[in-house]
Amino acid sequence: MNALRVFWRRFRNNRAAVGGLVALVAVVALSVAGPMFYPVDPFDMVGQPSVPPGGEQILGTDVAGRDLLAGLIHGGRVSLLIGFMASLAATLVGLVLGAVAGYYGGRVDDVIMRTTEFFLTIPSFVLAVVLVAIFSPTILHITAAIAVVSWPSVARLARAEFLAHRDREYVQGCRAIGMPDREIILLQILPNALPPVIVVSSLMVATAILTESGLSFLGLGDPNQVSWGYMIGVARSVLRTAWWMAAIPGAMIVVTVLAINLVGEGLNDALNPRLKQR
Amino acid sequence: MRGGTVRFVLRRLAQLVPVVLAIAALNFALAKMAPGDAADILAGQMGHATLEFTQQLRREFGLDLPIVEQFLAYMGRTARLDLGVSVIQQQPVIELIADRLPATLLLMVTALVLAIATGVALGVAAARRQGTWIDNLISVSALLVYATPAFWLGLMLIVFFSIRLDLLPSGGMMQIGVAQTAVGKVLDVARHLILPAATLGLFYAAVYARLMRASMLEVYGLDFITTARAKGLSEGVIAWTHALRNALLPVVTLAGMQVGHLLGGSVLIETVFGWPGLGRLVFDALVQRDLNLLLGILFVSSVVVVLVNLVVDLIYGLLDPRITHK
Repeated sequence: MNALRVFWRRFRNNRAAVGGLVALVAVVALSVAGPMFYPVDPFDMVGQPSVPPGGEQILGTDVAGRDLLAGLIHGGRVSLLIGFMASLAATLVGLVLGAVAGYYGGRVDDVIMRTTEFFLTIPSFVLAVVLVAIFSPTILHITAAIAVVSWPSVARLARAEFLAHRDREYVQGCRAIGMPDREIILLQILPNALPPVIVVSSLMVATAILTESGLSFLGLGDPNQVSWGYMIGVARSVLRTAWWMAAIPGAMIVVTVLAINLVGEGLNDALNPRLKQR
Repeated sequence: MRGGTVRFVLRRLAQLVPVVLAIAALNFALAKMAPGDAADILAGQMGHATLEFTQQLRREFGLDLPIVEQFLAYMGRTARLDLGVSVIQQQPVIELIADRLPATLLLMVTALVLAIATGVALGVAAARRQGTWIDNLISVSALLVYATPAFWLGLMLIVFFSIRLDLLPSGGMMQIGVAQTAVGKVLDVARHLILPAATLGLFYAAVYARLMRASMLEVYGLDFITTARAKGLSEGVIAWTHALRNALLPVVTLAGMQVGHLLGGSVLIETVFGWPGLGRLVFDALVQRDLNLLLGILFVSSVVVVLVNLVVDLIYGLLDPRITHK
């Protein structure tokens, strides 16, 4: 309880992070509770095509007469879901591989780190495009593809943390009393290695949302779901006459990603106070 | 010293071999994971193909061989730069890619040069005026840029500069029939290059500005800067000659590491601006469901990234004489 209070006090000191948290909560609330207050199907034709904002449909309609606000609400669900799940999956994979590489070292470390570097080298967005194109664009596949291209940075960081801890006195003590490696890794080192990893994976949510929007802009979104990138892609053909149709979903992405980045920096201040003087 | 450099280059080239092999292996695995093989696709295109005919095609392509033999054959073809034929466009994949690669490289290099120049200038300015409004403005802008999807930024720049102001072309690489002379053509391409390169480069400019600022502040704390100040050198001379060269190293490292990222970004930017490079080719391959072409692009772009990393390593050695290429 006390630790939580310390955490919050440090987080609160970063006013931008608090602002980001407020904005993020607002976006999440809009996406989760939005359909209850604004029960419009984002695929329904509700009016004339390309109606500007301010009319019967609050934010206007797209090229096919579909409600833009309904699209924003449902698109938020997809973006946030994919962003958080992809980051979570990438963090888990990266943590496991990084922990094993850093703790055991030697051959295992070599193999894992060469693989990590390999994945850091190949153009990640192109790989994500190929993966989604091969395995059909469903939410699950898009999430998996983004996770596949995102885990290496976590793995590198986790490895460095585990490497730094594996010969410390407390770990040597654990070994001396015969604690199995699995317990040392999970119960002893992991809690110490976690704070920087949490910061990186929170920032990864933002990157994942940007990647998802890029994929769906290229037409690699789930065809049964509206997403912000898809809305921008649709609006491209009428950029000359209805610029706001592309501007609005893009602004939502900017707000969301900015909010997540600010929260991430706040987490960094709160979890890694010694690193604050960068 | 020179012999050392040659050995270093040779060793780095030798290190490329396993990486390129791994890229080819990944490509092979991805092709095998895809539903349907080349025989299915060809048979599908012909419309009324029987199962027997498909099997015959499969034998012809060697798709009925054990997977290891297929893999070795694939590696042999890849080594000869034979990446197969684009099923849709009926042209060798490597030719299609070779046609488009120069445009992508032009876009990437321009964006990178713009980004490094802007980022370094802003980073130095911010570090010299630490804590002032200029410093804060640069930091806040960087945060905003980080959060902006580049493809969307490109669309908004088109709205502003092409549609509203009618200043710059909204897409393509050159206007047919406008320029007759060589100089005119270069200027025409340059005009078309401004918006896509600025869009692609802006994100990296923000990254480098922040990195450069931190790096300059670190160098400012070192003894040789104090010495330079004690000698009575002006702050401008200290910043641009003494500190800059040392502070530049992390920027070069990061730029090298981000080449893959830059290439991915250019896929989206080229689609937005109709820039006739690899990115446009990716989009076309997607629309036409041309998997062979898509995999070829992944292969070539990965190899390009590996080669650029090699070049960055060599530049690094020039910038930092302490690295002796042992």
